[in-house]
Amino acid sequence: MKWNRIYALFVARNIEFVRDRSALAWSLLLPILIIFVFAYAFTDENPEKFKVGLVAGTALDGAAGEFRETRYIKFLEFDEAEPNLHKVERHQIDLLFDPSSHRYWINRTSPNGYIVEKLLIAAYAGSGSTLQKTLVEGDEVRYIDWVIPGVIGMNIMWGALFGIGYVIVRYRKFGVLKRLSATPVTAMEFLSAQILSRLWLLLVVNVVIFIGMDLFVDFRMHGSYFNLLLVFVLGCVNLICCGLVVAARVSSEEVANGLLNLFSWPMMFLSGVWFSLEGAHPWMQKFALLLPLTHMTDAARAIMIDGAGLLDIADHLLVLGVSSIILLFIGARIFQWE
Amino acid sequence: MSIILQVFDLVKRFGSLTAVDGVSFEIREGSCFGLLGPNGAGKTTTIEMMEGIKRPDGGGILYRGEPLGEQFRNEAGIMFQTTALQEFITVREVMRQFSRFYPHSADIDDLADRYALHEFLDQDTRKLSGGQKQRLLLAMAMINQPKILFLDEPTTGLDPQSRRNLWDQVRQVREQGATILLTTHYMEEAYELCEEIAIMDHGRIIAHDAPDALLAAHFDDVVVQIHAADIPREIGEREFDAVYRNGSAHILTSDVNKTIEHLLHLDIPLDRLRIRARDLEDLFLELTGKELRA
Repeated sequence: MKWNRIYALFVARNIEFVRDRSALAWSLLLPILIIFVFAYAFTDENPEKFKVGLVAGTALDGAAGEFRETRYIKFLEFDEAEPNLHKVERHQIDLLFDPSSHRYWINRTSPNGYIVEKLLIAAYAGSGSTLQKTLVEGDEVRYIDWVIPGVIGMNIMWGALFGIGYVIVRYRKFGVLKRLSATPVTAMEFLSAQILSRLWLLLVVNVVIFIGMDLFVDFRMHGSYFNLLLVFVLGCVNLICCGLVVAARVSSEEVANGLLNLFSWPMMFLSGVWFSLEGAHPWMQKFALLLPLTHMTDAARAIMIDGAGLLDIADHLLVLGVSSIILLFIGARIFQWE
Repeated sequence: MSIILQVFDLVKRFGSLTAVDGVSFEIREGSCFGLLGPNGAGKTTTIEMMEGIKRPDGGGILYRGEPLGEQFRNEAGIMFQTTALQEFITVREVMRQFSRFYPHSADIDDLADRYALHEFLDQDTRKLSGGQKQRLLLAMAMINQPKILFLDEPTTGLDPQSRRNLWDQVRQVREQGATILLTTHYMEEAYELCEEIAIMDHGRIIAHDAPDALLAAHFDDVVVQIHAADIPREIGEREFDAVYRNGSAHILTSDVNKTIEHLLHLDIPLDRLRIRARDLEDLFLELTGKELRA
């Protein structure tokens, strides 16, 4: 590995990116537009229905069974109450109910919680059982707070996959790679330069977006900026390596496009960028864990919304780190200049 | 002179097609070696294997007695038949980028002087004319001050003026002591630049020597060419065994005086008569039965 060669490729790629005005503008504007649409279109309107968490275990009969039949409430089943209390705190669910002990938890500031509580009490009227109420404190997590980490993650995903995958395939198709292969540049040097250049550009672009949004939209950031940067760097490297694997051999833009879309669209909808996978089918939740964007988005959310530290998100960082190394190894191994 | 590059039993297959079929030759240091042949003869595949771009399916290539490696990469200058450059980048930037790839790079301004790049040094590489781009690609191939320069059909598609300029530049490179391997389908180009040529057809070398030696070995006659309209076909074929092509009757003779006397005797008008020595074009036709640029 010679650093001056990597540097030469790095500089050339950066120049190309910055001079390609339309692509640059698009990568900056798209996420900002999306955020603004969500900030102003959905602020006053909660797109979710009522959500009630039920602690499973006992068969639901009598009053509990009647409550369970209430229409327009989405019931989510949990094994235990304690680990899910933060969902009530964050207004992710409106009420948590444990039918075996007749206990329920609501957030005093949640209007939905107030209404669902009325329905629960009505169902129990005349049943003979006494409900036990516990109040939980916590600010509401608005949709905008929730969606911003996802949108930044999504922007990184598109930039990483297409900025690497598509660009390298084009280089190969038009013979740019062939010319480089006739120089002392090695595949590893070329790939390192592409990774570094894309990582650097994506971080700059997304920091600009983050600052820009911070000026106009009030959103929640409770954790450390350093930790957040670390998550985005790792996620970015991971997605770049996915792009490398796609671009390692393909020389047709159409095939590359198809493969990249095959990677990106499932992530777009199944990584929890736009809506929580809470209550989704278990296999879908398991599948989501295979997607790097899920880990990046979840970790970023944990930092921004709950102020999580590195230990709290260690599993996400581990998954992203280890799979990056594996993907990079595969990508470099199967890479072909022509 | 020592051998700089040696190729032996080189084979390359693409599916069922054998593009290069057991090619062997040696290139002497400081010489200009020409690889000649029609389109599809296997020239580009051969030169790309020698450049280390394509992997041979059989045989081998030795640079200074060693398989192609780091030393070869640092000392070889390569100009492909067609090369795309990165987009949104200027001529100066691409030169600077490539100069950083090598341990001993030439000065960019010197190269710009030598290959007349100054007028478009700060232009986007996509906005160059054919001749300008060819000069840039040659300058890029020269950026590492190569000991061996590969030129794959360097003048294809250029106008005659640009072609002559490029020939001059190639001669300058040779004067500086570099070895050159050139492919072309212009016989004139090979004759002008190379002291040794190999003619390829169907993936094999069918003749290999100095151009004049090849001509001397195959021909002891000259061509008397008469406009086809001036000599009826049946007379030409019967009396002179003439070959009619490209609007002319070609009569081969080792005694020009006698042939002309015979033509005068038959009242053939000689206003459009031309006598020329046999050239590589004829040699190719003789060897393969087809024309080079057909």
